[in-house]
Amino acid sequence: MAPLDILGNYGTFWGYLTALLIGIGFGIALEMSGFGDSRRLAAQFYFTEMRVLKVMFTAIIVAMTLIFLTSSLGLLDFSKVFVNPTYLFPGIIGGLIMGVGFIVGGFCPGTSLVAMSTGKIDGMFFVGGVLFGVFTFGESVASFENFYNSYYMGRFTLSEWLGVDAGVAVVLVLLMAFAMFYGSELLEQKFGEKKAWKNINLKPYKKGTLIAGSLLLLTGVITMAIGQPSIERRWSWKSAVESKRLESREVFIHPGELYEVMNNALLYKNLIDVRSESDYNIFHLEDAEHLTLNDLTKTDVVKKFLDASANTVNIIISNDEKTAVEAFKIMRAQNIINLYILSGGINNWLDIFTIDKSIAVREDVKAKKDEDALRYAFTRAVGETVYPANPRVRHGHGLPELKFEKKVKMKTKKTISGGCG
Amino acid sequence: MNAKIEKPYINPYLGGAMLGVVLFMAYFFTGAGLGASGAISRVQTFILDIFASGHVDRVGYFAHYGGGSQNALADASIFMLLGTFIGGLISGFFNGRLKVETRRGPQITDRTRWILAFIGGVIMGYGARLARGCTSGQALSGGAVLSVGSWAFMFCVFIGGYVIAWFVRKLWN
Repeated sequence: MAPLDILGNYGTFWGYLTALLIGIGFGIALEMSGFGDSRRLAAQFYFTEMRVLKVMFTAIIVAMTLIFLTSSLGLLDFSKVFVNPTYLFPGIIGGLIMGVGFIVGGFCPGTSLVAMSTGKIDGMFFVGGVLFGVFTFGESVASFENFYNSYYMGRFTLSEWLGVDAGVAVVLVLLMAFAMFYGSELLEQKFGEKKAWKNINLKPYKKGTLIAGSLLLLTGVITMAIGQPSIERRWSWKSAVESKRLESREVFIHPGELYEVMNNALLYKNLIDVRSESDYNIFHLEDAEHLTLNDLTKTDVVKKFLDASANTVNIIISNDEKTAVEAFKIMRAQNIINLYILSGGINNWLDIFTIDKSIAVREDVKAKKDEDALRYAFTRAVGETVYPANPRVRHGHGLPELKFEKKVKMKTKKTISGGCG
Repeated sequence: MNAKIEKPYINPYLGGAMLGVVLFMAYFFTGAGLGASGAISRVQTFILDIFASGHVDRVGYFAHYGGGSQNALADASIFMLLGTFIGGLISGFFNGRLKVETRRGPQITDRTRWILAFIGGVIMGYGARLARGCTSGQALSGGAVLSVGSWAFMFCVFIGGYVIAWFVRKLWN
């Protein structure tokens, strides 16, 4: 499934060749659209020719519709696509500065390259200016690094912001773009052709353009109707590989290994407790976070795991294993990596790191009905305040002799970074 | 010198659609969008590395691209930049638009245009690094994947341009 990540999967030769070919397509499209001519670009800001807006927004809506259509059809895994992380105010200030540079210099970095390659001397001066500008930035960024890294919101899309399916956002953006195109046509007649308001043609479009626009909108509506793939569907793409990992038990880690992970200062660990809230309150491992299966489908919760640093291990814990396996499927479907399950769950943990009899005793009554129930009867809720929550805490207890096979293998996130990174 | 007649630019919606398909292919094959300013940064670091290698190693921002024995140019974005240049050349050639000239407003001289192009480039380069991307890498690419920051950025580029446009109208009209 796409993205094919040619560079990551087939090495630098094919990766660089792909980049070169895409670049050529980019250059051709820019030049043919008139972006090598500074006057045409600057005209945008005097409403005489709205080419910049038309080309840019058409490109955005065409690419957007294709991306989310292929995603809804299961051809493209959108969670693996690079989305420019949001640093809100640095982006806003940078954008305003660039707007000024645009009207003064007549280009943006990409278009100046095309101008330069077609022999435009102003393009060459502009490229020289950009080189000097990025140099100045590199020299000065250290003095305002805090601002540069502020207002970080990570991977944050319009559909997440609006709380809607991506398909809905696609249709909204299409409608907004069409409204802007229509406005542009009218403004061009007024300021470009200098027509009086009463003489402006309110139906500026030819049939072909209208048909193309309608087809695009229809594709957007289809994308919205199919919807972005559910977690069940995303699991089905992965289940062949992941089910084998579950069957071979390579993702189930022994309590002894979890103990080592918990006390390994070089790792970040997320202990994900998917049991009922009451079981969690009665007893849980140190620093474990209580999350329901439903929580694990929420974007803001998932985002934390996806944005985690490379040395993060995620361990799912239930009383036995059943709920943990469900959680594993939900999280793997969403591409969360370095994900493991505590083998035998809390019950197994308490069998190994024995709890004081005055607090809890093992009893199997509930477990007869429900295999994933807590097999220990607690006299009171102790949370994480007792020795087995993290056995290192109290020195009076020695650790039991444990033999186990280590299974945690840290997988580094394959990061795809953007062209401007 | 140039026998071919300069052909007019194509319909902007058609040009935009072509650009959109290229952008989609970038996402489909590489997992990321288009870009130019990141590669320009690498070229700049590469040049700096020739003259002041120690300086590149000391300044964190440059070291990220070209620190130590790292070659700042060993990156896919450089090939995209090269491709963009070649693509412009190809299209310019077939449409009769390869010509050494300066495009400017009627009220200014070539020299003024060059100076302002350089100054505009400096401002643009600075802003592009602050915003973590230029019009291609941030607005175009981020816009297509619905990034909130990219959309905010894009509107700000237009706002910045429109606010200043009136004051510099003599440059273009």
